[in-house]
Amino acid sequence: MTSSMLFNATTLAYMASMVVFFGFLASRNQKVGLAGSLLAYAGLSVQTIAIGLRWKESYDMGVGHAPLSNLYESVVFFSWTIILIYMFIDLKYKYRIVGAFVVPFALLGMAWAQLGLASNIEPLVPALQSNWLLYHVITCFLGYAAFAVACGVSIMYLIKAAHEENSSSSVSAGGLMSLFPPTRVLDDLNYRAIMIGFPLLTLGIITGAAWANYAWGTYWSWDPKETWSLIVWFVYAAFLHARFTRGWVGKRAAWLSIIGFAATIFCYLGVNLFLSGLHSYGGGK
Amino acid sequence: MAPTQRSFAQSIWEFFCSLKLTIFLLISLALTSIIGTILPQGQLPPEYVAQISPTKLQIYSKLGFFDMYHSWWFITLLYVFSLNLVCCSIKRLPHVLKFINEPLLVLGDSQRNTFSLKQEIPVSGAPAAGRDTLVEFLKREVASPVVTEHSGEYHLFAQKNAWSRLGVYVVHFSILVIFIGAIIGSLFGYKGYVSIVEGSAVSAVEARNGQQISLGFEVRCEKFAVDFYPTGAPKEFRSLLTILENGQPVPGYKDVKVIVNHPLSYKGITFYQSSYGQANEGSEHYLTVNQRNGAGAERFAIHEGESVTFKDGTTLKLLETAQDVRPFMPDFTGAAARVEVTYKNKSPQTFIVFKDYPEVNAQRGDALIFGYQGTNARMYTGLQVARDPGVWVVWLGCTLMILGLYIAFFMSHKRVWIVLSKGHARMYGNASKNQAAFAMQFEDLADKLKNQKI
Repeated sequence: MTSSMLFNATTLAYMASMVVFFGFLASRNQKVGLAGSLLAYAGLSVQTIAIGLRWKESYDMGVGHAPLSNLYESVVFFSWTIILIYMFIDLKYKYRIVGAFVVPFALLGMAWAQLGLASNIEPLVPALQSNWLLYHVITCFLGYAAFAVACGVSIMYLIKAAHEENSSSSVSAGGLMSLFPPTRVLDDLNYRAIMIGFPLLTLGIITGAAWANYAWGTYWSWDPKETWSLIVWFVYAAFLHARFTRGWVGKRAAWLSIIGFAATIFCYLGVNLFLSGLHSYGGGK
Repeated sequence: MAPTQRSFAQSIWEFFCSLKLTIFLLISLALTSIIGTILPQGQLPPEYVAQISPTKLQIYSKLGFFDMYHSWWFITLLYVFSLNLVCCSIKRLPHVLKFINEPLLVLGDSQRNTFSLKQEIPVSGAPAAGRDTLVEFLKREVASPVVTEHSGEYHLFAQKNAWSRLGVYVVHFSILVIFIGAIIGSLFGYKGYVSIVEGSAVSAVEARNGQQISLGFEVRCEKFAVDFYPTGAPKEFRSLLTILENGQPVPGYKDVKVIVNHPLSYKGITFYQSSYGQANEGSEHYLTVNQRNGAGAERFAIHEGESVTFKDGTTLKLLETAQDVRPFMPDFTGAAARVEVTYKNKSPQTFIVFKDYPEVNAQRGDALIFGYQGTNARMYTGLQVARDPGVWVVWLGCTLMILGLYIAFFMSHKRVWIVLSKGHARMYGNASKNQAAFAMQFEDLADKLKNQKI
């Protein structure tokens, strides 16, 4: 058994989970929802084993390092963290349906990694040979994943809010929308997910700065990646402060959360694809 | 006039205290920061200057876009941001401290109606008798309560983690600490670069602004080496450095291995492995030439860029050399030279001769077979040099920030009141965060309260 086979199984599990979640949306049968969650967790378990196995495989090849060193490995890890944060929210706040809007992000990541990215295990270049790699990547991606969940919840919020406006006070309370948590709850979940993501992103930026200082003697050099991570930080800081003033909850908060995640994705992928800098995994190189 | 002046000062103060300004600043900082990630910063590459129109170039440089993170307007934004932080804290902190130090000990009738979490139990005995039981109860379940007697009722108040309301101010303060650390670094520190040829020592480095900075000691590069993976990718760049004081090696700082991610620090100055190369100036390269018919062999020394002409009129020019070709030619290792050979009355041809592959050199069918035997050139190591006395202040700020974020987001100020009157006791509670979780704790507490025998 190879890690590659297990990653394929993971992708299939997430795909099945997404399909079942869509069935959950249509059928409103709680058992179907449970099946969707269980499939996602099965995928998560297999993926955990696969990541561990890939780690071991790199040692067998004599170039041992944590599987967090190139674009393929980071996309796989991103998918893993998304489902992990979803599991946390599902188990803690009991809103299973959020999975229908979060699992697709993880599936997208796995499908892209498995179909479109080079998956060879490469030896580590000197710049990445540091324990900071582990701390930096894990904190950043857990933060990114929390923002992905917040974005999924915000999309649900906007759909639900638009529906409520259209149907105004009439009775059409049934149907798909009754499955969605109330807008108040979605707004709160959005806030909670960002409350998890923001400290993790902060920790990610700080570990990155600490590493940069250790490797180059500069904790901050306004490299595009650093700057974009700060932009993301500013957007979510604005989100958090906006909650204390009236008029910035609900729809505006949902949009701010979506913009924040768009900035996050640009920070993660766009910087490597369109701009040059110190984080040269993947992208044009 | 005085009232107008006061209201003007007042409105300035209100402006700097406002949360709207905070949101405006955060979004402005986010948006303007994008500029510097799209436009080149610092030294402009000539290709960029060539493709941009002169007017644009002029406007952009006037606006400081090519060094935007140090431009007056970006720095101003950061100062206003700091001012906003300070003003917000000065305005709100006293209220919060008062809230913590002078808690609401007595609940009025109107206040009691605002609670969503409450529980009532009947009290059979006299209030004074039940009081001690309830004090013990709160002490056990929440915290030691403050008891106040007020118009025939006993008000018991217990709270937990009141100081968690300060978390957000810890975060704000930490940002200022980080800024202070950065300012200390820029005033009293420097970033520089130095290259040291193997076997030689330096006592000064060049700072980013071109200034020569004396180290106060010497650094000698004993040796530099590169290791490669079998794929040809670099595995390790390694310098062996020795620190010298008055010409003598400092104990413990002799032959220190410096690789990427493992710098060397001495007296607050840190050296980071950054680049390397061959110190070619004046060094000799040794080549051989053999007649294919075995008529004779010759060894000669030559500098890079020089030419040599042989007896038969053939000219050889040494274009460049590398002491390890693997990064360029993954199938080969070791040293090689690129040469341009011109046989008499023929056009010049360029090829590579290897040190370790004589058979490859011989595969060319020409009358002369060339070989490369290496060089007396030495390597140099390129080191980033940094001195930053503010860095510990920055780390202190970062630690405070993480601590503050944890307190602000994940710790909650929980308050419980019990009002003991004739015939009944009513318990009220609220929390500053995570109401849902507190509601469950309160229910639990309410169940326990019902079991109290009073």
